[in-house]
Amino acid sequence: MSLHDTLIYINSTVESISSQFTRLPGSSIILRYVRSSYQNDPARSVLEFCLFLFAVRYFLASKYSVTKKDFVRLTDGEIDELVDEWTPEPLVPAMDEASQTDVDKIPVIVGATGPKVKLATGKSAMNLASANMLNLVSNEQIKQDAINTVHEYGVGVCGPPGFYGYQRVHINAEKDIAAFLGMPAAIIYAQAFNTISSVIPAFAKRGDIIVADAACNIAVCKGITISRATVRWYEHNNMEDLERVLERVSKEVKGRPLTRRFVVSEGLFENIGDICNLPKILELKDKYKYRLILEESFSVGVIGKTGRGVAEYYGVDATEIDIISGSMANTMVAGGGFCVSSEYAVKHQRINALGYVFSAALPGYLAKTASNAVAIMTTSPELFSQLNANARAFREIISKSQYVYSPSDPDSPLIHLRLKSEILETRKIDDEDHVLQDIVDECLYNGVLITRNKYVQSAENFPILPSLKVQVTTGLNKKETEKAALVVKAAISKVVAKIPKAKH
Amino acid sequence: MPSNPTKLASLFAQAQAQIQLPSSSASSSAASSPNNMTADPAAPSLGLLSYSSASAVSKASANLSPQELKRRHAQFGPLVHPSHLHVSQQAKGVLPDFIEEEPPLFYLLTTYISYLILIIFGHVRDFFGKRFKKEKYQHLIERNGYAPLTSDFDSFYVRRLKERFDDCFSRPTIDVPGRYLTLLDRTSSDYNSTFKLTGTTTEALNLSSYNYLGFAQSEGQCVDAFEEAIHRYGTSTASPRAEAGTTDLHVETEELVARFIGKEASMIFSMGYATNGAALPSLVSKGCLIISDELNHASIRYGARLSGAVIKTMKHNDMEDLESLLREQISQGQPRTHRPWKKILIVVEGLYSMEGTMLNLPRLVELKKKYKFYIFADEAHSVGAIGPHGRGICDFYGISPDEVDILMGTFTKSFGAAGGYIAADKAIIDRLKLDNMAYVYAETMSPPLLGQIEGALRTIIGEIVPGEGEERLQRIAFNSRYLRLGLKRLGFIVYGHDDSPIIPLMIYSPAKMPAFSHEMLKRKIAIVVVGYPATPLVKSRARFCMSSSLNKDDLDRILRACDEIGDMLMLKFRPSEHPRWKFEDVIRKGVMDCKRDMLDE
Ligand SMILES: Cc1ncc(COP(=O)(O)O)c(C=O)c1O
Repeated sequence: MSLHDTLIYINSTVESISSQFTRLPGSSIILRYVRSSYQNDPARSVLEFCLFLFAVRYFLASKYSVTKKDFVRLTDGEIDELVDEWTPEPLVPAMDEASQTDVDKIPVIVGATGPKVKLATGKSAMNLASANMLNLVSNEQIKQDAINTVHEYGVGVCGPPGFYGYQRVHINAEKDIAAFLGMPAAIIYAQAFNTISSVIPAFAKRGDIIVADAACNIAVCKGITISRATVRWYEHNNMEDLERVLERVSKEVKGRPLTRRFVVSEGLFENIGDICNLPKILELKDKYKYRLILEESFSVGVIGKTGRGVAEYYGVDATEIDIISGSMANTMVAGGGFCVSSEYAVKHQRINALGYVFSAALPGYLAKTASNAVAIMTTSPELFSQLNANARAFREIISKSQYVYSPSDPDSPLIHLRLKSEILETRKIDDEDHVLQDIVDECLYNGVLITRNKYVQSAENFPILPSLKVQVTTGLNKKETEKAALVVKAAISKVVAKIPKAKH
Repeated sequence: MPSNPTKLASLFAQAQAQIQLPSSSASSSAASSPNNMTADPAAPSLGLLSYSSASAVSKASANLSPQELKRRHAQFGPLVHPSHLHVSQQAKGVLPDFIEEEPPLFYLLTTYISYLILIIFGHVRDFFGKRFKKEKYQHLIERNGYAPLTSDFDSFYVRRLKERFDDCFSRPTIDVPGRYLTLLDRTSSDYNSTFKLTGTTTEALNLSSYNYLGFAQSEGQCVDAFEEAIHRYGTSTASPRAEAGTTDLHVETEELVARFIGKEASMIFSMGYATNGAALPSLVSKGCLIISDELNHASIRYGARLSGAVIKTMKHNDMEDLESLLREQISQGQPRTHRPWKKILIVVEGLYSMEGTMLNLPRLVELKKKYKFYIFADEAHSVGAIGPHGRGICDFYGISPDEVDILMGTFTKSFGAAGGYIAADKAIIDRLKLDNMAYVYAETMSPPLLGQIEGALRTIIGEIVPGEGEERLQRIAFNSRYLRLGLKRLGFIVYGHDDSPIIPLMIYSPAKMPAFSHEMLKRKIAIVVVGYPATPLVKSRARFCMSSSLNKDDLDRILRACDEIGDMLMLKFRPSEHPRWKFEDVIRKGVMDCKRDMLDE
């Protein structure tokens, strides 16, 4: 079509519309009004037209929200009656005896935690229940520096980072952690558990896509929930399934505007103890153009030759991972969490991450503790080989148990132990947690503190398989660790052997 | 209006009569308390930690060097005169409605216009920037198959409005956030995109930290307890509470908190935000209804969303709106199915951190009797800061804590520590030890923080350094009333209730926010300005957080600064039916003026 034709076409359309318009009743009044007002004040016409549109929109909108389809009209008397009749459920379910026992069995440590602890019951025990894997809790320098920091900064920060709560100790800790992990920038949060739950919603929004490992810990899941992004789960650590899901998603979104897409995984899985297949995930996320968010609360400061986490474990460059979050409250014995990523992503979090913006900053002495822990990990890489040796020694012994198996990676100092399924079947165990608690009690009786993996099933997305949780530590030498392993193994045998086999 | 001098004099005498000297430990106000703990017979031992008897406020200053004394006073200012004290209490048991004053229409209009200009400029810059300065905008543009990490629409406000005065936020600090703050000076050569530290520092009067009772200190009984705790317990327990993170000190502090709040039991968490985030999902779930105040804190909204319950919002502190909402919701039941709600939880704050308004608890408790809902009160800002014994909103009204089902609070503010707590009946707390995410998964509170918390609580109760807790409580009460009324007399619009230690001074126009902040900093006063999205678009404000660590000299300095800047920036919006006072009159008459029952009728 030439320009000429187009003009003719437009002209005829306008003509026909205007002739239609003049046929409408009352149109001449409107035209006259517009004409006269236009001559005097064109801006006014525009303004009035806008107002008119706004009014139309307003009326339509309000009508829409007022019509509540299923609203039942009731008289005041009827409402009063309904109010009287209504009996709410109690605020929380009542405590039964089993729950009370669970509560009463939560161990209370007298004094400091460490490789050996004293409990309120008077019992002393080797401690394989806390994440004090490098035994930095017992480090005197860390304590002294914490005290010095308090003499300089006071204890609390009394405000969020945005409002004068960003102290030099925080700046330093951020630099130290970023340097330790070889990433451009870091940001620290006041609680490790809240970190990833704040990081994910800072980036993923409604309409974005998250493809996540189904075994991710609850903090990750809560972050995903809050983000309102569309989530697709892939089978735990199953790279074929991940690829399948990515493929399916790319079909689903074909033709739609491009939105942000993330793969979310844990580095070392808190509830299992195995390690994600990072090289394959990186390959897939690049292929399908996703960004990777990796939760490394249990891998940074734990695995890798020098404790730098999963990237080091696999020998890949950490900067290939877009966003890493982690904990400073586990092996770093401080508190709070961190997130390392590009400068831009860190800056974005400082304004958009809920847990950072709306919460007081981490106390300065804990930031200092984190810096110190990083320094120790940097200067004493032998800690990690010791830790690894202890983990392997423990596994060596426990693998001989005929009742339990471990789904954890042999390199993981966080070791989960589950009752074998044939044991559960032949002995008809339905309250597995109860049996595990008996094992924990038996271990403690023999001087070893371990714990059952505690979880809130009602808050979890997927069922958690009950397990015992053991965390080895360099605070115990190899011999002691082996001794502890023998105690655990014996306790398992003793408790399980007592349960009679079901008759067929 | 106490305009004639004789009336003023009699008011002063009255006020004088009400005040006790901080050193007198037997307190008449404590005697009137329903649940009085100071009268407990002195326990043979106070618990696991010991506290040196030296207070870091008033005593033992004789043998300090001048520098040490200066540092102490930089953290906690000395009281200038015993009349500068007041008891925070709602005497009549009812809350007067807080009337929101409006500025003249002209200012609202110009405020809208300035936003319009900012928005248009922003869009024009975005439009051209994305086309001609691609490398600067790369984060907002789709690149080789990746959507931008942050969407330009979501970040528009931050990039185009907030960044213009980013130098007013996140100012890095060193030293204790006490009476003074030490700021690390910084400059920006790229319009606030990045900052460089200059290496110099500025000491500024601190009106911005949540240091209500002035416990942000580097010495004294709390720090002693902190040190002892760190030696005996280390920095961390490296495990969640439910697994192996509980120490005897945690148990003891929980008992102390419960006793202080007036509940059977309590539990402590390592972060205040996460306390709400975990508590709400452990109380309500699908089939339950949460009614949440429209101005509730982000942490409450976070917890409410995680819980899976239906969320309705009520108008801010509007108990009539709440009642009609309750009638509708109870009678209609759940959406579509009309099944009755399993339970209804009303989530409110004791003291609202952006408005300075206080919860209308008396009316809420009345409604509870009829409508059988549960109350969850977030006392993050009110615990410690208000009430004759510093026990928060119930204490302030003289209402028994039994009337509120869950009392939540944080240690980040009044107690100068970190973390949060919830206090409730023992059966509830026990249940939550199994069901609360933060208890089961999150890291335990760092033990030395418990030292700080116990030190602060025992000081407030009066178990250690008698008299000091009382002084702190009465100083913040006086300071809050004095500054609030002073600002009103000068002609500013100030939001919130009379006794509230949060004093929002209304600025309205976005461009005046940074101007106000800069002018205050020039006068060495560090304040916080807040605007959209934390407040409604046109209600930008400066927020002053009062502290016991300030004294009247400091407050007068603040008033003078506000007076000057208010004239310069035309911020004195208060409608003219309220007579304006001259600055000199305000500081001369203020002490007596602010002790009347109702400020500024
Ligand atoms: C009402 C309210 N609740 C909870 C919090 C969170 O407390 P924290 O800073 O200790 O995380 C705040 C903090 O600003 C708050 O204002």
